[in-house]
Amino acid sequence: MYNQTEILKDTSELGADGELVINMGPQHPATHGVLHLVVTLNGETIKKIEPHLGYIHRSIEKMCESLTYRQFIYVTSRMDYLSSHINNLGCALLVEKGMAIEVPDRAKYVRVILSELTRIASHELWLGAMAMDLGAFTPFFYAFREREMITDIMEDTCGARLTMNYIVPGGLMYDIHPDFQKKVKAFITQFKSKVTEYEDLVTNNVIFQSRTKGVGILTAEDAISYGCTGPVARASGVSCDIRKLYPYEVYDKVEFDEVLETAGDSFARYIVRVKEMNQSIRIIEQLIDNIPEGDFVGKTKNVLKLPKGEFYTRVETARGEFGVFVVSEGGTTPHRIKFRSPGFSNLSALNHIAAGSKIGDLMASMGTLDLVIPDIDR
Amino acid sequence: MTNEEIKEYISTLAPAATFDETGEWLNILVEPTALKPLMSALRTGKMQMNYLFCLTCVDFKTHLTMVYHLSATTHRQSIVIKANLNRDAPVIETVCDIWRTAEFLEREVFEMFGVNFTNHPDLRKLILEDDFKGFPLRKDFEDPINMIKL
Repeated sequence: MYNQTEILKDTSELGADGELVINMGPQHPATHGVLHLVVTLNGETIKKIEPHLGYIHRSIEKMCESLTYRQFIYVTSRMDYLSSHINNLGCALLVEKGMAIEVPDRAKYVRVILSELTRIASHELWLGAMAMDLGAFTPFFYAFREREMITDIMEDTCGARLTMNYIVPGGLMYDIHPDFQKKVKAFITQFKSKVTEYEDLVTNNVIFQSRTKGVGILTAEDAISYGCTGPVARASGVSCDIRKLYPYEVYDKVEFDEVLETAGDSFARYIVRVKEMNQSIRIIEQLIDNIPEGDFVGKTKNVLKLPKGEFYTRVETARGEFGVFVVSEGGTTPHRIKFRSPGFSNLSALNHIAAGSKIGDLMASMGTLDLVIPDIDR
Repeated sequence: MTNEEIKEYISTLAPAATFDETGEWLNILVEPTALKPLMSALRTGKMQMNYLFCLTCVDFKTHLTMVYHLSATTHRQSIVIKANLNRDAPVIETVCDIWRTAEFLEREVFEMFGVNFTNHPDLRKLILEDDFKGFPLRKDFEDPINMIKL
C-alpha cells in the first residue's frame, strides 16, 4: 500500500518524460469496491498499472486457523460475496473429502442448482455494472430485475440473500423451501423470455461493440502464465472449466457445454459470460424436476477432525477456479489454510492487458475481468 | 506419466529430492538451492508444467515450507513441489520469470511470512501497510490490538 506522502508527491509532479501518475480509487465508482490502481500515463496512453490492495483485508486465512471445520465455511461467504454459495461448497467438499463423508443425493442436486443460480446472479450483476461503467445505464435495471428473482429464491430457501451459509459438511443445513421448485421454474421461464433483451440492448449495440472489440487482448499463453481462470481464460481459448475437468457433485451427470471464445478481448469475455448464463439454465433444467427424495444431510460426527495431511479441492465460481488448500495436524482446526482466489490471479494480468492502451479503454478491460475486491484481499 | 516415471525424471534433475505419495498428488521435497533449476526444467522440459495454480507457504514452527502446486493445461497432471526454509532467514529464488502469476503470490508470501525471494523484480508489500511490523501468518505472531485468537 502507498502511504500518504507518496500519494501526494506522485500526483503533484510530472515525470521527466511527461509521465503523469494518477490514482484510480480506492473510492472510484467503476472499481466496485476499494481497489486502488496507480496508473502511470503518457498522455492518454497507459504505461503501467500498479494495483495497491489491502483496503478490505480481513486476514481470513489467519482467522480460519482458529475456527473449527464446521465454522470456517461461513467466513468464506465474505470473500467472493457474489459466489458465496460456491465458496461454501468448495470448503464443504474439502471437509467431506478429508473425512470421507457420504453426501446424500438430494443435497448434491440442490447444491448444484443453487450454485448455478448463484452463477447467473453473479453474471447478471456483472452485466449490469459493466454496461453502466461503459455509459449504458438501462441494462443495469434489466439485469437486476432477473437477479432479484434469484435472491428471492435464496432468501426463501437459505434465509439470506447474499451470504447464504446454507451448506454444512455432509449436506445442507435444512431442507429446501416447499415452493423452491415452483419458483425456480418461474425464474427459468422469465429468464428465457428476457435474455434476448440483453442481446438487443448490449450485445448488438454499436457503441458497446466498438468500445469492447479488440480492447484488452489477452493471449492464451499469457492467460495460463498469469494463472487466469474462469471466463477470463475461456475467452482466450483456454479450457479451464473445473466442472468439466474435475467434475464434483453431479456435474458429470448433466449435459452442458464449456463456453470457449478465441478472440481474448473484452467483447469475448462478455460473450462467454452471457453464454454461460444460458448453460447454467440448461443445467438447472435437467436437475430441477429430478431432485431425489431422502435426507438432506448425511451422518457426521459432532466434532470434525481432519486426518493429518494436506488437502486441496477446487470448484468453479463465477470468476474462475477457487481452490482451498488445508494443512491439517489432525486437530479440530486447520493448521494452515490457503484460499486460491480466482480474482487475485486475474487481477495480476491487468497490467499486461491494459498497458499500451488508452485510459478510456481501461474501464472495458478492467470491467470484463470481473474483479471482486474482498475476494482479492481476503 | 505415472508417478514412478515422474520420480525417475525428477531424480535426474534434482538427485537430492525426496518423494511422498500419501496425499492426493505426488509431493516432491527439494533443497531451496535446487528449486529454481528444477522448476525451469519442469516448465520447459518434457513435462511442460505451464500452470502454477497455487503458491503458498506453511509455518511448521520449526521451519517454513514453500508449497508450489503445478499442473499442465495439456496432460492435466498435478504435482506439488516443496522446499523447507530456515525460519530465521528464509531465502529462496523467485519463480516469477517462469510463471508470471508468481509475482503477486510471492509478494503476498513475502509480507505474510517474511520469505525473501531473490531476483524478484518488485518485492514490496502488497496487501499490508508499508510500516507494518511482523509477519502475520506466522504462528508466533501476536497482535495485541486486533485480536485474532479465540
